[in-house]
Amino acid sequence: MAETMTKEVKEKEELEWFGPKERKLITDPLNDDNPVTVQILGVCSALAVTTMVKPALIMAVSVTLVTGFSNLVISLMRNGIPKQIRMIVQLVVIAFLVTVVEQVLKAYSYPVWKQLSVFIGLIITNCIVMGRLEAYAMANPPWRSFLDGIGNGAGYGFILIVISVIREFFGRGAILGFKILGATDEFLLNTTKHWWLSWYQPNGLMVLPASAIFLVGIIIWIQRARNPKLVDVS
Amino acid sequence: MYSNRYITIYTLIMTLVVSVVLAFTVTGLKPFHDEAEAIFKKRDILGAIEGQLPKKLADMSDEEVLSLFDSKVEQVVIDAKGKKQEGVKAESVDMAAEEKKPEAARQYPLFIFNGEQGKIYLTSVRGNGLWDKIWAYVAIKDDLNTIVGAAFGHVGETPGLGAEIKDNPNFPKQFEGKQLLNDQGDYVSVKVVKGGAKDPLHEVDGISGATITSVGVSEMMVRGLEVYLPYLQAQKK
Repeated sequence: MAETMTKEVKEKEELEWFGPKERKLITDPLNDDNPVTVQILGVCSALAVTTMVKPALIMAVSVTLVTGFSNLVISLMRNGIPKQIRMIVQLVVIAFLVTVVEQVLKAYSYPVWKQLSVFIGLIITNCIVMGRLEAYAMANPPWRSFLDGIGNGAGYGFILIVISVIREFFGRGAILGFKILGATDEFLLNTTKHWWLSWYQPNGLMVLPASAIFLVGIIIWIQRARNPKLVDVS
Repeated sequence: MYSNRYITIYTLIMTLVVSVVLAFTVTGLKPFHDEAEAIFKKRDILGAIEGQLPKKLADMSDEEVLSLFDSKVEQVVIDAKGKKQEGVKAESVDMAAEEKKPEAARQYPLFIFNGEQGKIYLTSVRGNGLWDKIWAYVAIKDDLNTIVGAAFGHVGETPGLGAEIKDNPNFPKQFEGKQLLNDQGDYVSVKVVKGGAKDPLHEVDGISGATITSVGVSEMMVRGLEVYLPYLQAQKK
């Protein structure tokens, strides 16, 4: 363990709680370094859980928690993890955390667990979690790693919510289950009374995963066009 | 570089710690899981007679569901011949396990709800959907013929298609007022048909795009309810 101690000395630069560097860790993944649109990670689950806003919201919160805490744990362990089996160790930590959360959820909020059980498994395989462990937590101190995890989870969740709002709105004429567009009288708003709400026929394509990949593409396009830092200078 | 010895010991300790902690969490939370599951099942069962309950099921707390179940619901277990079994509670009968037994040895749970409009018999049926098992609780009025409600469940039918049996309240609603027996008193049950139900007492509309799930429901309604007939007939006198 002696050789690992020397590394620690290098990191003795000022470590603040919420200095400019720390704040950047949270804000960067929201735009300039977004895990979905810039790093192109976690696209698979962004297609799967964005048909409606509610599961997307829950997925966003759970992924943020898992990236945050797995980053923290791996960062604490980073000096002892043998390089040759680091990926296996990372996976064990992620799977462990997710399983514990799932078990607790099942015990205290069974209906929610019932609804989410498929998605919970998806968190383990989410590439953002492992991507951040490899790229950040293995080489950085715990608090910063934790912030990086939270930031990246939030960046992912932000894209998830944007896509799911668009898909639920145009695909079902609703947001969070409340019908806004299209003829119906079964929800809070009786849309049949207003011609400007009832003319819309929900677009079935928006419910299918294919529409999400188009939306991700469009978001990437808009972001690259507007953000000068992402312009390819080569 | 780490030595092989370090890696082996590291792996051993890590797996040991993780498995011990996980084992403790799972066994420690087991009673909570069982309780939550039991409440969930009771909610499911009462879902078939939601109209007869004092208030909406979603507005009831877990305690209210349990006390309603304890005070109003009588639990009976019947065998394959329709005889009442002594000493067993219906909620302890696991339909999935019964299915694996030979037909003659199976037990069937029956919940009898003592409501304001007389007894309601809550039968439990199980069958095959497209991907996995489907099941339902079918509520039969005290004329022992008319269905007053049904609540469906499934393991993994396609959302938006087969899963509509549970997600779309209009599907179970169709079963209300349907009858098990025809005018001659023969058992016909309720069938799910394609392209518009014609018989107002014994047919309901299927779900478009979910033919196999619809056929599964149809078969489940015919075969599943049949086993309760002898018991229900015996109640008639």
